[in-house]
Formats: sequence, C-alpha cells, structure tokens
Amino acid sequence: MIGGLFIYNHKGEVLISRVYRDDIGGPLNGVMILLDAFRVNVIHARQQVRSPVTNIARTSFLHVKRSNIWLAAATKQNVNATMVFEFLYKMCDVMAAYFGKISEENVKNNFVLIYELLDEILDFGYPQNSETGALKTFITQQGIKSQTKEEQSQITSQVTGQIGWRREGIKYRRNELFLDVLESVNLLMSPQGQVLSAHVSGRVVMKSYLSGMPECKFGMNDKIVIDKQGKGGGSEDVAKSGKQSIAIDDCTFHQCVRLSKFDTERSISFIPPDGDYELMRYRTTKDIILPFRVIPLVREVGRTRLEVKVVIKSNFKSSLLAQKIEVRIPTPLTTSGVQLICMKGKAKYKASENAIVWKVKRMAGMKESQISAEIELLPTNDKKKWARPPISMNFEVPFAPSGLKVRYLKVFEPKLNYSDHDVIKWVRYIGRSGIYETRC
Amino acid sequence: MPAVSKGDGMRGLAVFISDIRNCKSKEAEIKRINKELANIRSKFKGDKALDGYSKKKYVCKLLFIFLLGHDIDFGHMEAVNLLSSNKYTEKQIGYLFISVLVNSNSELIRLINNAIKNDLSSRNPTFMCLALHCIANVGSREMAEAFASEIPRILVAGDTMDSVKQSAALCLLRLYKTSPDLVLMGEWTSRVVHLLNDQHMGVVTAAISLITCLSQKNPDEFKTCVSLAVSRLSRIVSSASTDLQDYTYYFVPAPWLSCKLLRLLQCYPPPEDGAVKGRLVECLETILNKAQEPPKSKKVQHSNAKNAILFEAISLIIHYDSEPNLLVRACNQLGQFLQHRETNLRYLALESMCTLASSEFSHEAVKTHIETVINALKTERDVSVRQRAADLLYAMCDRSNAKQIVAEMLSYLETADYSIREEMVLKVAILAEKYAVDYSWYVDTILNLIRIAGDYVSEEVWYRVIQIVINRDDVQGYAAKTVFEALQAPACHENMVKVGGYILGEFGNLIAGDPRSSPLVQFNLLHSKFHLCSVPTRALLLSAYIKFINLFPETKATIQEVLRCDSQIRNSDVELQQRAVEYLKLSSIASTDVLATVLEEMPPFPERESSILAKLKKKKGPGAVSVPDLEDGKREGGELNGGGERGPDSAAMSASNASTPSPSADLLGMRSAAPMSAAPTSAGSLLVDVFSEAGPAAPSAAVNDDGFLRDLEPPTETSGSLLVEGCGDSDSAPPSEDPATLLSEADELLNKFVCKNNGVLFENQLLQIGIKSEYRQNLGRMYLFYGNKTSVQFASFTTTVSCPGELQSHILSILRAVCFQLNVQTKPVEPVVEGGAQIQQVLNIECLTDFSEAPLLNIKFRYGGALQNLSLKLPVTINKFFQPTEMTSHDFFQRWKQLSQPQQEAQKIFKANHSMDTEVLKAKLLGLGTALLDDVDPNPENYVCAGVIQTKGQQVGCLLRLEPNGQAQMYRLTLRCSKDSVSLRLCELLAQQF
Repeated sequence: MIGGLFIYNHKGEVLISRVYRDDIGGPLNGVMILLDAFRVNVIHARQQVRSPVTNIARTSFLHVKRSNIWLAAATKQNVNATMVFEFLYKMCDVMAAYFGKISEENVKNNFVLIYELLDEILDFGYPQNSETGALKTFITQQGIKSQTKEEQSQITSQVTGQIGWRREGIKYRRNELFLDVLESVNLLMSPQGQVLSAHVSGRVVMKSYLSGMPECKFGMNDKIVIDKQGKGGGSEDVAKSGKQSIAIDDCTFHQCVRLSKFDTERSISFIPPDGDYELMRYRTTKDIILPFRVIPLVREVGRTRLEVKVVIKSNFKSSLLAQKIEVRIPTPLTTSGVQLICMKGKAKYKASENAIVWKVKRMAGMKESQISAEIELLPTNDKKKWARPPISMNFEVPFAPSGLKVRYLKVFEPKLNYSDHDVIKWVRYIGRSGIYETRC
Repeated sequence: MPAVSKGDGMRGLAVFISDIRNCKSKEAEIKRINKELANIRSKFKGDKALDGYSKKKYVCKLLFIFLLGHDIDFGHMEAVNLLSSNKYTEKQIGYLFISVLVNSNSELIRLINNAIKNDLSSRNPTFMCLALHCIANVGSREMAEAFASEIPRILVAGDTMDSVKQSAALCLLRLYKTSPDLVLMGEWTSRVVHLLNDQHMGVVTAAISLITCLSQKNPDEFKTCVSLAVSRLSRIVSSASTDLQDYTYYFVPAPWLSCKLLRLLQCYPPPEDGAVKGRLVECLETILNKAQEPPKSKKVQHSNAKNAILFEAISLIIHYDSEPNLLVRACNQLGQFLQHRETNLRYLALESMCTLASSEFSHEAVKTHIETVINALKTERDVSVRQRAADLLYAMCDRSNAKQIVAEMLSYLETADYSIREEMVLKVAILAEKYAVDYSWYVDTILNLIRIAGDYVSEEVWYRVIQIVINRDDVQGYAAKTVFEALQAPACHENMVKVGGYILGEFGNLIAGDPRSSPLVQFNLLHSKFHLCSVPTRALLLSAYIKFINLFPETKATIQEVLRCDSQIRNSDVELQQRAVEYLKLSSIASTDVLATVLEEMPPFPERESSILAKLKKKKGPGAVSVPDLEDGKREGGELNGGGERGPDSAAMSASNASTPSPSADLLGMRSAAPMSAAPTSAGSLLVDVFSEAGPAAPSAAVNDDGFLRDLEPPTETSGSLLVEGCGDSDSAPPSEDPATLLSEADELLNKFVCKNNGVLFENQLLQIGIKSEYRQNLGRMYLFYGNKTSVQFASFTTTVSCPGELQSHILSILRAVCFQLNVQTKPVEPVVEGGAQIQQVLNIECLTDFSEAPLLNIKFRYGGALQNLSLKLPVTINKFFQPTEMTSHDFFQRWKQLSQPQQEAQKIFKANHSMDTEVLKAKLLGLGTALLDDVDPNPENYVCAGVIQTKGQQVGCLLRLEPNGQAQMYRLTLRCSKDSVSLRLCELLAQQF
C-alpha cells in the first residue's frame, strides 16, 4: 500500500507531502530524511535515473514526472507497482481536470485543493474513487458551499452507490457526443527496411453531453465480433468485412463498461460519465499501416567526414495529408560542422541536441522527399566508435494506423424522450508517431 | 606568483558558467553543454590556428564541463600545446587540464613528460613548481617511473629556491605513497633528514611530512631525525611568539610544524640519549605549562592552534608511557578540558583520556574525573561525545568503581542513542561480569539490562549469564527467584523469556517451596509467554517443560497435555514438532530413573573467553578499546568443549550424555578477561589458556540432541549402551601381566602440561585421552576423557593409576571416583567403550608434601582381540599446587634476601626453545600458577613471580625471576624457595618451558 505521496519541483523542493502510513520514515524526522533521500538519489542523481522505481533505505519510491514536477509514491511494502502507477497517472488526470496544466505554479496555488483531493482519493494508502466527475460533486474550488440535506444524502448515495461515476438528473438541451480514436504507432526498422518491431497503442476518448442516465453501446471492427457475426450471416459478409477487421491484442476499459457483457458477448455497453473520459485503451501488433518509410544512407569518408542521405516515403491514400513531420538524424559526438541540402521543408543542425532536425509541415500520401547532409568530424584519439543511434521521426496522420473503425455508437435513454437519432455524434481519428525509429 | 590580470579573466568562460548555473533543469544544462561542445569542436577544427588566449579559454571550458560530470574525449592536444607556452596562466591551465583529465594515454604521455622535463630543468621557479604540482596531482606509476630519480635531486640541491623545495618534498611524498618501490632514498637519506635544519620554516614543514612517512617504513634509516626534531621543537617551543614572524599564527609559533614534529617523534621510542630526552621532556613540560597560561588572544584560532599542539604533545606522552609525572599532568590538563565550553575539546579530552586510562601511571588520575565523565554521559548534547564518554567510563572501570559505573551506564541506556545501544549493552555486560564480586548483583544487572534494552541484548550476553548461573551454585536460587519475578511483568522481552525458561528449567526446584512460585505457577507463567515468542525461544521453552517434568513430577500431566496439543505436536516448524513428539514420548515411556538421568542438571560450562568480549572487539575493531588483549588463539579452543559457539540450549540436551559431578567452584574464567588488573586469587584463574591446543576430541557432549533422542527410541536397550561406560575400580584392577612400555615421549607430555591444565594428553590411531584439571590449594581434580577413535568397541577397558615409589607416600591417594553417577545403578556394566564414544574418569588428588615424580596412568583394553597396554605420566607437577601471592617490590626483595641460603636457590642458564614473545611468556608464567608481579624488577624486561606451594603438611614459598636476553636467545632462571628440593624440581620443570 502507498505509504506516502510527495510532489517535488525540479529543484527537489517538496511542494506536497502527505503521509498515509507510519511505516515509512519511522520516528522523529524520518520522513524528512526519506524526502531528502529521494531528492538526492533520484532528482539530483549524478546519473539520470531511468527506472521509475527506486529503492532507498528499504523504501520503494515510484515516481512519474510531469513537465518539471515529480510525483512520488513511497512505500515499504511489496505493492502492486502497476496499481501505484495507474493511481499516479489518475492523480495527474484529476489534478489536470481541476486546475489545468500541472506546473509548480499551479501546484503551489492549489495546494489546499490537492491535500483535499489526496484525502479523498487515497485512504490509508488504498486508492479510492478517483473519478473526476464524482469528485467534482463534493470537492469544489468555490470554497465551502452550504449544502442541503438532500444534496448531502445525494452525494452519499452516489458515491457509495452502484454508478459512482455519474450523478442523476443531468439535463442538456442538445445531446452531443464526441469520440476520438487516438493512436500512437511505434516502429523499429532495420536499415534494410525490415520491420523489427511495430505496435500501435490506441485510446478511445469520449466527451459526452447526454441527459439522464443513458445506456450506450459501442461497436468497432473487432475481429472476434466480426467473425462471430460472419458465422451468423453469409459468406459474403465475411468477405466484405473480414479484411477490414482488426485483431486487438489487449484492451482495458473505463470502469463504467460492463465487463461481464464484454466477456460473454464481446459487446461494449456502458452508462457514460459526464464530460471527458477515456472509454478504452488497446494495443494491436498485426497488420499495422506504417504511414512513413525512412530510407537512410550513411557513408563514412575517411576519419573526418560523414555523408548522410535520408529519404522518406509516405505510404497512405494520396487524398490524406500528414502533418507536423519531423525527422531527427543523430550526429556523432565529434561533429564540428554540418552542411545540409533538402528539397522540402526546413533542416537545421542542432548542436545542443547532437542531431539534424528536418521539419516538413505537410505531406500528402504516396509522395517522397529527401535530405542530404555532409558532416565534418573532429579527429580524436579516442578509439570509441560512433554507436549510430537510430533516426527517429514524428508525424500526425488523420487515420488510425491500426485500422480500427468505429462501426456504431448507440445511445438509449428509456426514461427521457430522446432517441439515438437525436444525439449528435462526432468521430475523429488521429494517428501519431510514438517511438518511430529506423536504424542507420 | 604572477597575479591574474584583468585582461586574462576569460569572459566567454564566465558567460558559459553563468548560463549553466541559470539552467532550470538537467535537460537544459545538457543542451547548453552540447551546444558549447559543438562550438569548441568547430573552433578546434577550424583552419586558422587559435591564439594562446582562446586555446586556454576553450580548454578551461572543457575542464569545467568535465568537472560537471560529462565525458570529454578531445582537447588533450590543445592542452599539451598550452604546456609549452611561456605565459604563466596558459601553462597553469594546461597543467590543470592534464592533471585532472589525463589518463595513461600512451601517445600523449610522452609529450607531457617531455614538457614537464623541460619545465623542471628550467631555472624559472614558478614553472618548476607547476611541473612538480602536476606530477604530484597525477601521481601515477608512469610519472613515478619518469621522475622519481629527478625529484630528490631538486629537493636537496643547494641552489633550489625554497618554494620549489617545498613542492619537491610534497611531490616526493605523493610519489612515495603511490609507488614506494620506485622512490629509493638510499643516498639522499641523510640530506633529507638535514632539511629539518633548513632556515626556511616552510621547507621544514614540507620535509617533515615526507620524513614522517618515510620513517614509518624504515625507522632505522631515519633514526637520526629524532634528535634533530627534538632540537627543532625545543627551538620553536622556547621561542617568543614574535620570533618566527610569518610562521606565527595568532601568537602561537609555527603550530603546524610543532604538531608534525610531535607526530614524527611518535614514530620512535623515547630517545635513549639522556640529553635529548631531557630536552624533549623540557619541551613537553613547556607545552603543558603554556596551556596553563592565560590566552594571548580571545580569537578561536589562537586557542585551536595552542590546543592542537597540546593534544599532539599528550599523544606523545601517552605513546612514551614512561614519564609518570608528565602522564599525570596530561591527565589533569585533559580534566580541565572535560568541562570546557568547546564541544570539540571535550570530545578530544575524552578520547585522549581513554588511552590514558590504560596506562598504569595515569589510571588512578583518570579515575578522579569519574563524576565529570558521568555528567558528560548524561548531559552532552552531541551523541559522538556521549559515545566517547561511555568509552572512557568503560576504560576507567575497575573493581572499586564498577558498581557505580555500571549503574550509570544502565540508567543512561534508557535514553541512549539507538546507534550505540548494542555496544553499551555489551560493555555493561562485560563490566558487570568482569568486576562482579557479588553474583546476585551480576544477575540483577544483566536482567535489568535485558529489561531496559532487550532488543539490543545479543545472544552472547544471555548465553553468558546462563553460563555463569550454571557454574555458580550460590546464585542459582537467587537467579531463579529474580527471573521468576521479572517474568511476572505483563510484557517482557523475549530474551528475558529465554533466560527465564532456561533458569527455571534448571533451577525452578530451588524456589518451588514457596507457594507463590509453586511448580504449576512457574509453568503457567512460562507458558503464558509461549505464544508470543519466536520459534527458537519456543524450542527452548519446550526443553524447559521437559525439564519441569523431571523436576516436578506433579506437573507431568499438565505438560504432557501441552505437548500433546496439535499446535505443538503438529507444529509446522520441524524443530518444534520434533521436540514436542520426542519429549512427549520421553516423558511417557522412560522411567523416572532414566528421566532423571537424561534430564540431569546441566554440567558446569567449561571456561573460555567471554564471547561477549570477542563480540565487542569485533564491533570496535582492533585497538579501539583498551582491553588487555591476551586471549589470542582462543578461537580454536572450542573444540574440546563440543563446539565453542554452542548456545546453552543445545547444550541442555546433550547434557544428558556427559554429566560431570561437582561444578568447578569458582567462576574461573571471570577474571581471565583482565588478568592484568585483577589480582588472580585462585589457581583456578589460570585456566585462561587451557583450550588453546585442544585436539578434535569432541566429548560425547557433542552428540546433538536429535541423534541422542533417536538412539533413545528403544529406551531400555539404549540407556544401557549409552550409559555403560562406568569404569572398573582402579584399586581392584588386576595388576598388569605384561608391563606396558612407558611411552618415550612421556616426559615431553609432562612438560606440555606444566603451564596449562587442559588439553590432549595422548593420541594415537585408537585412543585419544583428553585432560582437564583444576587445582585449589593442595587439592586437585582431574577429568580424563577417553575417546575411542575407532568404530569398534574396546573391551575390558581398565585404567590404573600408580605412583612411583617415592610418590606413593606423598600423593596420598589418587582416588578413583565413579565415572558416572549412573554407576550407582544396580546393573553392573561391562567396561566397554563403544566405537566413537567417549568416557570420562575423575581423579581426586591431594598433595601431601612436595614431590618430583609424576604418577603413572596405566590403560589396558582389548581392541579387536589384541590387548593394548599403555602407560602415561599424569601431568601432575608440583607447580600445580601454587597459590599466587601478590607483593610489592619492597616485600619481594625483602623475602628474596631472606631466602639467601645457597641450597634454597636454584639457578639455570639455558637457551630459548620457544619464541621469546612477551605475551607468550606472560601467559606461560601465569599458567605456572604463580602471580606475575609487575614493576618489581628494576629492569622491565625481566619477569618476577611469587607464589606459595600448598601441600597438606606445609606451605612452601617460592620466588622466581626470569631474565630473558633477547640478543643471545638465552634465559637465566633463578628460583628461591623455602624448601630446597622444591627449588630444584621447579627449576628443572621450568627450564624446559621457555
């Protein structure tokens, strides 16, 4: 169980410190020593600490970093690490929902609120209800508002009731629903163009403004569902949709989704929370559409020169436009000068990052572009060879690289008189690059 | 040195550093550094040559980046180029970069060495200094190889500037520390020593560091430095504060140099030359006097410098340890510091006093400060000072103040820092044991200790208290009563339960008469703690329960019930389960006789070094505590006692096999820890060294409980086989038909045992005979352990003790005592020694008058049909009946003169057979049984002993003087006794010992 939760700024000063269990720290100023230990061993460590879990003095620190802010959970016990991280991320979400960006300024300005939240979402080190919607009903930024008896009992019944994430009696004039499929595609490719590893991690994020307690049903081109339907329907159906279906490796749902129904019928039905939430997360590894192909060509001319040529090819429908394309070509640590020629976009040698950064604003599908660079090197007496780190790339494309398609999203509200047709629904696909690298 | 002019302040560097300092995050810093590195690379790569200034600037930046923790793999060449510059700052930066960054890179090293060589041979002193600094900073083996021969030349050359000499001395010191084999001082030695006479104080200060280091390695070569150092010191000490000008620091003349001189003197024994010694003593006195003078300045630096010299002087006084007057003065001075405002001074005073306390001259003087030290322990705010105070209390403790000190330490323990609690506990335990006069006080103290700081009481401490309670029958009842009361506390520490379980199991019967502590009450009290305890404690408690069944048959039903319940008999822990099952069976099957035998009261523990002391030593590291360190080689001693580290718990069970009657009446080992300070009052205290050569003869006690209990399964049969070892009565043994050949080495054997009482008497392929003996006054008891080393039984095993004609009448009787109490059993047993088994025989000896021949032991047995016959001399010698006598120098010589008749004296001059090590000799003389008298003989090399030989008829006073001659490896031994035959015999015996 989480023994304590601490928030540090980048200097290692403690902004928030909440201790839940006595086992961390021990007597006297043990907690202070622990707090300092984390600063010394992680934040100000000589070497950058890469592991999110650090053991100091038989205490485990699990930390996440948001911009310049460190969130650390300390525990003496053998906790479920993923649970703690899930909690920390959730905590970031909750804080972001309350006061926007998590920055030192914001944390300082809202420290009372944060303590209030910490009291609510963590109890004796055990995570509690951390649903923003529910929290917002009783932790408000407006100060103490006198509540009527009914309101109080309503909060109680809601928080302790079956549907903790949605309160009753929500009314909208316009019932609207936004659905975003956000995917990030990760790739590692050999210089010869062989895919070494590739996967897509995606999220279905929703924003719902629906009245009452609607029941929603979400459908997508999940292979299992399609195949099942295919059995029921005709072979024609299979031929039509089989190609389109995708194999989802694993997925997790928001707590509102009825898991039993998913287990038995593989249908995703739920009563949505109000406002923003993440309906599901998934991962696919098969049949990924790789939006770009990077072809590197590196030639070492003697000890003091290096010639690099990189070609990128877009590999999607020519009607679509990729945006924010950025190719990052690492340069050796002994680089003393760089000359660049590129056909499209802008390229620059960034000494501070030891890389050539080539930016292209837009690029249509089925096109190609290239850059060539001449790198001058300073001869050193060091025998160390340049490790040739991979060329990485960033982009954004308006489709889901996994091939996921939303088939339907139905809304039923039996008590109020609006039907599925009255709800305005918006669907958007965004594919982004995760770690998209090609070795050279 | 040339000052750095404004124009040289590198602006670019300043800007870069301030950029770095302003970075908000690590990432930003790395970015900035990468940018700068790229910039420097392009600059170095650039076609046009850089001028000295920019080269220096970029090298400086690289150095800064490197010091921030980033790798630098270029710029070395530029730095080497800077070395050949003629500008001081450029050269300096070049050397700085090289000394920080250079690794033994083959290409560059040659260039660097070349540059250094050029600078060394230049006439420019600043350049020479820079080069020397670089050599010292790098200090690598390559550097040493290249320059080790060059530097001494610079050091002693007449035309070298003083500042260069200083650098050269320190540089040489550094090279000597890294590769002593390359720095050969041979021809330079005397000239280096004479640097102590140099005009320039700086040179002297630098040289003395070098000389101190060198003289630690070869003290003889540098012996001449002592007189020079003394004269230098006396010149400084006697100088007025203004004489030395630059080297006067806040009115103290040359404090650093004085400290170093004093430290150098600490490498050597006191000077033999009377004049030098007188001068030195004068110096030390002056230093002590100066401490008394009112300070010349209120500044802290003044008093710091003065005290530094004072403390160094006190260390020197302690090191010499020969001037009682100075030691006492030092002690008084430190006593003043004990109450000083300055915490550091109090700390240092306590620390120095610790060493003073171990010196015989100042021990008493230290003791006068006891109140202050106790106060420091209670009120000091700094834990390290309290720690020192505790150390000092420990060091100054002796019989007179033990009770007070132990009480204070106990009360302090309640509030002591966690970090030092364990050590405190050990110290209290040791002191309580070492100086216990009254063992009920000891028991009280230790039980208090467990109550106050149970968590910090290590196993050794409670093992020890049990050993002592077992060995002293006079405290057993008291101990049982006290633990019973202590256990009544609602919450008591587990260690208390262990001690309680053990002691009640053994001696519960002693308090069972009181209805408040009737057997059942005792049992219920123990059992109420059972469930809160850990497994080892529970196991111990189970053993205590089975002992209860033996002690109090009325509790049998209750205890069997407890053993039978599922939580015991089906316990998931194998050990507990096994104990429960076996004890239950044992209690239900075995007859009361068997039970009484098996669960016999524990035999007294063999004496050995208190394991607590060993633990404290380990904890503190060597030399940290001033414990007389006589207990060498005691480790391996454990074997004979069945494993030295065996806790009493396992011993409890094995007790059933070997039970020795009559516990040795004295807590023999008690004083062994401090034979120097405590007067040995009984011969028993000489058991100190007994186990050092114990062979692998594990007595049957080593049979562990499992094995024993398994053997016990068919009860009747095994009890037979286990207990058959009773020996035939020696008186009735038939006289041997074939006279056994007396073993040729018998005399040697005898000699081996002159100075010790225990060990292996004899060993061959078949049989091992261990011996353990104790003597009091004119009485002695000897335990003989016959171990069958084969797997076949010995039949008709008989032993006879006979006294050679003359002795017959003197040693009245060697009484054959029964080997086992079980001999009283009605069943007569065959004299058979099973294979691998061991039997024990007890001999009671009384000395009627003095004798010279040792009694003979004859052993006969059949091994596989062949009759074996052995004759051995029993190691009973006249000196065993020694009673040590303490006397002063005056008394001794008075008596020495009284015994002046020629026949009363026996003298022998002989060559040393063994090492002439002081400690070994002391141990031997103590083992002899006499009191070793210190400070009697005017020559400290000589040993003087006194003792009284107790026979039934008369007492023979003996005085002994042993004069070793280290060079000739010879001894002269002189003995004067009131009876001439004794003198002769003792002289004979002893001559073979050294």
